[in-house]
Amino acid sequence: MPAKVWTIFRKDLLIELRTKDSLNAMIFFGIVVLVIFNFALEAIRESIRAAVPGVLWVSFAFSGTLGLNRMFAAEKENSCLQGLLMVPVDRGIIYLGKMIAACVFMLLTEAVIFVFSLIFFNLTVWREIPYVVLVCLVGTLGFTAVGALLSAIAANTKMREVLLPLILFPVVLPILVNAVEATAIILNTVDYRQLKLPLTIMTVFTIVFATLAYLLFEYVLED
Amino acid sequence: MDQRGQARLDEFLGALLFAGMILALYMAFLQAPREKTMGDLQRIFYFHVSSGITGLTAFAVNFAASVMYLVRRNRWWDHVALSSAELGVMFLSIVLVTGPIWAKPVWFVWWTWSPRLTSSLVLWMLYVAYLLVRNYVLDPDRRALVSAVFGIVAFVDAPIVWFSIRWWRDIHPAPMLETGGLSPSMRPAFYTCWAVFQILFIYLMRRRFFLEASRQEMEWLQRRADMGS
Amino acid sequence: MIEVQGVAKYFGRFSALRDLSVTVREGEFVSLFGRNGAGKTTLLRILAGLTRPSSGDVRIHLSGPRSPQEARGGMGYLSHNTALYGDLTAVENLRFYANLFDLALDEAELEKRIQLVGLAGREKEPVRNYSRGMQQRLAIARAFLHDPSILLLDEPFTGLDQTGTEFLKDYLSRAHGRGKTCVMAIHDAVLGYELADRILVIESGGVAMDVARRSLSLAEFQQRYRALVKERSDAG
Repeated sequence: MPAKVWTIFRKDLLIELRTKDSLNAMIFFGIVVLVIFNFALEAIRESIRAAVPGVLWVSFAFSGTLGLNRMFAAEKENSCLQGLLMVPVDRGIIYLGKMIAACVFMLLTEAVIFVFSLIFFNLTVWREIPYVVLVCLVGTLGFTAVGALLSAIAANTKMREVLLPLILFPVVLPILVNAVEATAIILNTVDYRQLKLPLTIMTVFTIVFATLAYLLFEYVLED
Repeated sequence: MDQRGQARLDEFLGALLFAGMILALYMAFLQAPREKTMGDLQRIFYFHVSSGITGLTAFAVNFAASVMYLVRRNRWWDHVALSSAELGVMFLSIVLVTGPIWAKPVWFVWWTWSPRLTSSLVLWMLYVAYLLVRNYVLDPDRRALVSAVFGIVAFVDAPIVWFSIRWWRDIHPAPMLETGGLSPSMRPAFYTCWAVFQILFIYLMRRRFFLEASRQEMEWLQRRADMGS
Repeated sequence: MIEVQGVAKYFGRFSALRDLSVTVREGEFVSLFGRNGAGKTTLLRILAGLTRPSSGDVRIHLSGPRSPQEARGGMGYLSHNTALYGDLTAVENLRFYANLFDLALDEAELEKRIQLVGLAGREKEPVRNYSRGMQQRLAIARAFLHDPSILLLDEPFTGLDQTGTEFLKDYLSRAHGRGKTCVMAIHDAVLGYELADRILVIESGGVAMDVARRSLSLAEFQQRYRALVKERSDAG
């Protein structure tokens, strides 16, 4: 079973690395969001560091949604999904492969956006980095766990690019709230023991929804 | 139960509801004691909270109907799911409107990000999203399937949302809108309102359900007519 | 063997199939004819398990009766959509499917399959660079990579040039000869007639004609088919 998840993941990764369609768009859009926030938050320029966690995760969420929108684009071309559906493989396996691919792309995007945010907002972070990586990892896993399922739902509607953000953000709110708080704790405080609760909630969220999505994915792909 | 029996039940519920509403208005505005700090404005609480609980009931019904549809694939469950989602959104809308009406005179703000109000807002958004999904998926079979999946996702998400927002408010305290307990003298009014809202929910569920079932029946009959030609 | 009993399929108000029943015997080659929108594609998709019928039952007999979803491993589906990833090479496409089907085919084997469909020398090119005909040939290799006993084909000759058509015709004849069960939707009366054991005409979601190929000549079939289509298009 893990081998098949890897096969599907590898296929998505290979296509993306060759074309870089999604990654380019995601990274560029993420940076654009940072720039917009710079103007939007001019009034609090002095204390901008406090707003950075929120800005980061809004940027991540928006660019992540862009990536999710494109998740099934390759499958729609040439009806590749049809080919996949003819293989006697559990639908949940397809879900896992695509979810992990989306997660990896989003993490790559986040890394670049984060570096740009250090430059734009003049931040110095060194010892905070491992913790930021941890929060991003858990948060992104949760985001894509739900995102992959909802992307499949939206993919077959006539308003797919518009529908996905509308149905994704309310569901994924716990991830965003906890991720912003966790990032704020890391960047702006010294007591990292407070990280336990948000990280726990995010982990629970991820496990619950990854399992749910794994089980429900076949209904969403069914015609 | 046949059609006449259904109509009689609807009539009975309607009459019960009418009487109940008059009773509830009396209890809330006249029978219940005046609250110390907020005065008569506090009476909105009876409707605000009753509506909120009824909205949650509606979403629980939606969850059950969504699961049952996936298991049984019977259109009946889809009708239940749609009706309960619409009504849930309606009841939560009442919560979101009465909240500011309550907040403005007391706290001098239209909106407070109190845990209950914030969670209600997100819950409202979740089920509006459910209705959007239904709106944009055109094929009825796929629509029933896909919205059942989303209904399950939304319901599982709700407690996690609630918990996250509660915790977030603990970290960033703000003045609470809803005061804590209910004094015993207020309980009769509250329970009356709550009961009446539940009956309202049942009544509206039945009407909405039959409306949707009729619509789909008509579609089916048109299909049969096509088949004949 | 494929058993279809009382199958109907609706899309909202529109009924694509109405109370269709047919049994395809093992090793039989069925050519499916019918106008556009008659229900051929819908029927094939239901047989493949890609969509469920609104009512009725389908049984695929492969070591016991199974639903189409369960019988996936023993069926191959080829339509005019190639199900190939344009940004991957031919070999990468096949390797992807081979892995998912648990087929122990190494690089050399996969290349051989590509050469067998007449694409020698172009194994390492992205499929996007292929012509339509070449893509369709690779799609043949992909759809039947796992050597299924049942072949479901939806207008597979679309987009093929003369050589490609000859190739596919030959491929299907040989598959038929090896005992594969084939159900093929096709527009070309000559091709469909030549390959078939049995001819089925689908019209308005139901079976309008069901004859053994032996029972009538090509000319007779063409005449009857034309008459049938004309009669229905006059009425509808």
